[in-house]
Amino acid sequence: MKYLLALVVGIAVGAVITLAFLYYNPFTTQASLSPLEVSERPQFSLQYSAIANHAIVYTNDGESRVRPYPDKVLQLWEAPVRRTAALVTLLRDGRGMPAGIGIKFSTHSEDSRILNGEALVDSVWHVWLPERGSFMLAQTENYWDYLREVVLPAYLSSGNNWKGNWRGTVTSGPGALGTAKVFGGSGSLAGVDAEAIETLAAKAYSSDHGPVAMEGQLTIELPLPGSGLAADNGSD
Amino acid sequence: MAAQSVQFLIKTFITGIVIGVAGFVAALYAVPAVDLSRETSIIAVSPNGGNAETFHINIPMDRIMVGDPAGKQGVPPGVAWPEDPVLDGVRAEVFKVRNSRNAVIGVASRLAAESGEFGNVIEWVVHLPARGSLFVTLEAASGGGGRTGPLRAGTREFRTIVGTMRERWVTNTSAEADAPAGRIELVATFVSSELPDNDGEREEAE
Repeated sequence: MKYLLALVVGIAVGAVITLAFLYYNPFTTQASLSPLEVSERPQFSLQYSAIANHAIVYTNDGESRVRPYPDKVLQLWEAPVRRTAALVTLLRDGRGMPAGIGIKFSTHSEDSRILNGEALVDSVWHVWLPERGSFMLAQTENYWDYLREVVLPAYLSSGNNWKGNWRGTVTSGPGALGTAKVFGGSGSLAGVDAEAIETLAAKAYSSDHGPVAMEGQLTIELPLPGSGLAADNGSD
Repeated sequence: MAAQSVQFLIKTFITGIVIGVAGFVAALYAVPAVDLSRETSIIAVSPNGGNAETFHINIPMDRIMVGDPAGKQGVPPGVAWPEDPVLDGVRAEVFKVRNSRNAVIGVASRLAAESGEFGNVIEWVVHLPARGSLFVTLEAASGGGGRTGPLRAGTREFRTIVGTMRERWVTNTSAEADAPAGRIELVATFVSSELPDNDGEREEAE
């Protein structure tokens, strides 16, 4: 009996060691410097509040920690869309002035690999900016660092919350340098193919209600005029 | 004898640790963290080549949001559409999307904007979680069969596909009490932009 107990305790210790290794593994930390931060191409940024009840509309399966907003919004409870969330939000420019409207669909990715530190989400933004036109931004996001440095500490805290300053780039692809793809649709962005990143800046998180104070930012890098990166209108 | 027993106990414990580490790693490797539910794609062959897939949205039950500057038709109840001049002439809608079997398979956004600078803009992003997303820019003018426009971009399953999409309003003719008022029909016609070469790799078609 004591040998069986020793085996069971050993298995439990082994599982805890694995969890600790996954949590502290320095090789799974995402790069703190985005390639767009050292780019000399023209860029513009759009900011939004990443809190559900600051959005115009936020919905998910209705059973997640973050509650849909407003209360009577249709929920995504059907099996094919249960792992999907939809966010409609006002986007602000770098000076904090309203710049347009953004709709984000995000779905948990089947490519997520906990062993590799990949908590992936496939997402697309559909954005309309009256001064520039419209675009779709497609990306894969990795929330591993966010989970490790914000969400888990909130659960481990006696007060079930986390406060601090966390800022990270969540975009991890599909671009070769870990950037998102931007496809211009209309206006001055029509036909433009560009790159972008999304960053999050969290200040408070509650394990009961999700993010309490968090801002998101999209940084879009435009191709240089005549660089050949812009697709011809309607060519694809 | 007691020393042997303790030694065996320690060996058992260490073996347990190894089994725990290996088992946990194996479980994390073998069990997918996310397993999305899929509906079988319903694709038809178009008479002029390519494949056609029809999606539809039942109105009003599949409306998730209608953001309207007039604010009279806002959905859901209580939605606070920003009263800012920057959104004048913009109508944003979010829907659930269904396949031909009437099963919900994704979500979609429709943006319609009246811009003095860029003209009228009507666009769709259709997001099918297990498959990818489509970005379509429609012609603003509505013909007899609705509006048509090119597929501007696609992701994942739709990344290498070119084609068009047509939106059409179909009024309900059923007399059933709980029938929708009608449906928005989206017919996507796809042609792959890549062809397999002799080595099984894919290359860009001319």
